Amino acid sequence: MTGLFVIFVSAAFVNNFVLVRFLGLCPFMGVSNQYKSALGMSYATAFVLTLSSIVSYLVNEYLLLPLDIEYLKTLSFILVIAVTVQMTEMILHKSSPLLYQVLGLFLPLITTNCAVLGVALLNVQQQNSLLESAFFGFGAAFGFGLVLVLFSAIRERLEMANIPSSFQGIPIALITAGIMALAFMGFGGMVST
Amino acid sequence: MNYLLALLGMLLLAGLFGILIVWVARKFKVEGNPVVEQINQVLPQTQCGQCGYPGCKPYAEAIAKGEAPINQCPPGGQDGIGKLAALLDVEELELNPDNGVEDEVDTIVEIVEADCIGCTKCIQVCPVDAIVGAAKHMHTIIGDECTGCDLCIPACPVDCIIQIPAPLPSRIHRQEKPRLMITIEEAQKWPS
Repeated sequence: MTGLFVIFVSAAFVNNFVLVRFLGLCPFMGVSNQYKSALGMSYATAFVLTLSSIVSYLVNEYLLLPLDIEYLKTLSFILVIAVTVQMTEMILHKSSPLLYQVLGLFLPLITTNCAVLGVALLNVQQQNSLLESAFFGFGAAFGFGLVLVLFSAIRERLEMANIPSSFQGIPIALITAGIMALAFMGFGGMVST
Repeated sequence: MNYLLALLGMLLLAGLFGILIVWVARKFKVEGNPVVEQINQVLPQTQCGQCGYPGCKPYAEAIAKGEAPINQCPPGGQDGIGKLAALLDVEELELNPDNGVEDEVDTIVEIVEADCIGCTKCIQVCPVDAIVGAAKHMHTIIGDECTGCDLCIPACPVDCIIQIPAPLPSRIHRQEKPRLMITIEEAQKWPS
């Protein structure tokens, strides 16, 4: 149990995917303009990350390893992620229109999010079990969502601030992200994995 | 042997996923609201926004939900309102003057090309992409695509866009593609 907790904390804070591993930067910059859309993106990512780490674990364990073709894992994981996202979108559209309205726009964006592929590949690298993979995926998504929501809140405030014209827009956002990454370095060494 | 296994494994994976996704797509197919589609068919597709909605489809959705009355479409005019009333089995209303007035004649717009400064402002507002041109180059309007919504007229900083009577019935007033006035053979024999 403590092992799972350590994995969760490690993925969420210590090795935060955005600010420490620098994965998934595209949605981090792209969808952080508004607090509301950042929240939607976080939910969608949490959903997809957890689901796709489970499915890619199964594919790796029961297809790639028995056939001795682990070198095809990148290819097959991309396939797994694309199919998972697409299926989630279709099922959501039919079964829960409300949830679809919240997540719908962001789901296709996640297909090409490198954080999702990164989680799947790191799971294999760390030789996580099924439960550990799920927790690692969920932890990564939690960290991603937390950082995204914090960042979007800061950016919404920056809209109001009096920023020198040469720093307006993306430059100040990048500086903010850098300072946040520095802050997250404080978690380093808290859990050693 | 190893290659063959790899190939087979990937084929199996992709095949399984393919079947799965087709099955899910069939099983969870979402049908759009057929009433919205039918209303949208009747609306003129000018995408002019005079009804207060961003385009014809959103207006159709609003009508279907009962949020909007059927008399807010000036390009469709009284004819269009009549068709909507028949389709939805509601009372025919007069066109709401707040949304604009129906054009007397069928018009499209034309750019006075000698005056065009190539600012691209009209291209950005055109809802049907009927204007071609590039920055600092002369623009022109594809008459066949123009719906006569007149959104580009206020956008032009040099007032070089004018209304002209439509040479063929403009897209609002015809249901199918325009027929050629002459045959191809006749056109090829035309003295150049």
